Amino acid sequence: MDEEYDAIVLGTGLKECIISGMLSVSGKKVLHIDRNNYYGGESASLTPLEQLYEKFHGPNAKPQPEMGRGRDWNVDLIPKFLMANGELVKLLIHTGVTRYLEFKSIEGSYVYKGGKIYKVPADEMEALATSLMGMFEKRRFKKFLVWVQAFDRNNKETWQGLDPDNNTMQQVYDKFGLDENTADFTGHALALHRDDDYKNQPFGPTIDMVRLYSDSLARYGKSPYLYPLYGLGELPQGFARLSAIYGGTYMLDKPVDNIVIENGRAVGVKCGEEIVRGKQIYCDPSYAPERVKNVGKVVRAICLLNHPIPNTNDAQSCQIIIPQKQVGRHYDIYISCCSNTNMVTPKGWYVAMVSTTVETANPEAEVLPGLQLLGPIAEKFISVSDVFEPADLGSESQIFISRSYDPTSHFMTTCKDVLEIFARGTTQEFDFGKITHLSLQDNE
Amino acid sequence: MAARNTGARPGGPNKTCQFKLVLLGESAVGKSSLVLRFVKGQFHEYQESTIGAAFLTQTVCLDDATVKFEIWDTAGQERYHSLAPMYYRGAQAAIVVYDITNQESFQKAKNWVKELQRQASPNIVMALAGNKADMANKRVVEYEEAQAYAEENALLFMETSAKTSMNVNDIFMAIAKKLPIGPPQGETTGTVDMNQPQQQQKGSCCK
Repeated sequence: MDEEYDAIVLGTGLKECIISGMLSVSGKKVLHIDRNNYYGGESASLTPLEQLYEKFHGPNAKPQPEMGRGRDWNVDLIPKFLMANGELVKLLIHTGVTRYLEFKSIEGSYVYKGGKIYKVPADEMEALATSLMGMFEKRRFKKFLVWVQAFDRNNKETWQGLDPDNNTMQQVYDKFGLDENTADFTGHALALHRDDDYKNQPFGPTIDMVRLYSDSLARYGKSPYLYPLYGLGELPQGFARLSAIYGGTYMLDKPVDNIVIENGRAVGVKCGEEIVRGKQIYCDPSYAPERVKNVGKVVRAICLLNHPIPNTNDAQSCQIIIPQKQVGRHYDIYISCCSNTNMVTPKGWYVAMVSTTVETANPEAEVLPGLQLLGPIAEKFISVSDVFEPADLGSESQIFISRSYDPTSHFMTTCKDVLEIFARGTTQEFDFGKITHLSLQDNE
Repeated sequence: MAARNTGARPGGPNKTCQFKLVLLGESAVGKSSLVLRFVKGQFHEYQESTIGAAFLTQTVCLDDATVKFEIWDTAGQERYHSLAPMYYRGAQAAIVVYDITNQESFQKAKNWVKELQRQASPNIVMALAGNKADMANKRVVEYEEAQAYAEENALLFMETSAKTSMNVNDIFMAIAKKLPIGPPQGETTGTVDMNQPQQQQKGSCCK
């Protein structure tokens, strides 16, 4: 503790753990501290179940006996899935963190329309089979998907007259004659936009997202989403181990009073009587409350069920997206569900999470359309969290703060934030070539 | 990676079983040195604190099976008691290491045994290793004391030396013999292998 560190990382949420891993791998001397006695911060999976009850309902709250052994529960506080072909999977593979974790495909991906839920059709075959659209619309949608698959930014012939930088997504829908419902699930259930702003923006990024969805789907089958056994809380632990292997020092259960500033620049952190010196600080918003701004709120309802979600073909795990317009909102509502197959509940139990961006004074009412799809709910835990982002980019202060986890159902924004913070802090992009321990794996 | 199903040896059919083994013990008792001796046959007097090599594999052959150890080192996360639950998860064997020339490291080893009894699977095979046995002239932990403790807690026990390689292979072999060779229990199925482009079912034992 007497030495000076290149970087002190505060909080062991997923973002901080990935950053810590990347810094250690890059040869930086890292000290990683958490005030809690467990890994994961906001992205922890709570276990045993008693811990969840205590957190939400107070110290005397207890689960019902039929909920089984508390230790068999690992309940995420933030619902997210990994896109099988997305950035986080690439990061996991390149860093070798995959070897500490096991993943399963999420069984189903559904979208809500007119009070019912439908399986999301993502390829031409499924498009023709779905009951989501009428016959003629199906053909138009199929044509659209074929165009998306063939689309190549570097080959104008595949554009069919549509320019990815100048034409909007609405113009693409118009060209293929797709109606509002089809646009709804394309933009929200395939491209995973949270609101309709994308329609008036150049279509390039949206097409990329649709492609990511179908490429991810093609990778493992049932759905484009992956999820780690024992819950998302395994992810920060895996990256923390990576950091430790490369020399990162870990201290949990260490109260942090404040970041110490000299001449406008961070020089360390104060923990009780002692000051630990570090050239840079990387942290989540809770460690630098005076340096972040509030940009909104997210409401999340964690629901314990003793049955699968109705109308999902008894899926043991699934995602349901409720596009905003279907329920008269600005932002989509997301539902994620996992179970014993993912090692997050005892047999026969399910954890469903309904979440969205808060847009009224009564956030609890905003998740109702989602709750109504779940069938009987054995227990419900509601949280409303502020979403923070850093007030400045840290180039002066050398304090690099991550954004709060947003309500998106996947890790795309998480990875983007992490890679940007790394680039800001080290003034270079992360070099995956620095990871050499893959070759040390075996002696044979 | 030649361990899986290496073919029958004389004496009958052979199967390969893979087990996760975790190392525990205070800093600088020689955890990494034991593994390095076992896996690579090497010893460095001034072994650096664990960096970069926290995941090694080695196989040992029993009469009727080949046991492949997937060995997890603490990567220094033991220093401030910051090992993640992931470390213990699914571990089927553990070696708790102390230094026979350091009384405190023996006390700490007892704490790690308690921690394992609390966190790890109830069926875990545990071994206690009194390392640095080559430095017997500086011994402070008596063999009999450690042996009595090991017996009370149903631990395998050996004094070892990563430097001279005394009992290093033997302790891993003794563990291998106590591991359940057979179809895995409570195995999860249907996990995906991210390093493969297409869907592939992954099982960890006894194909």
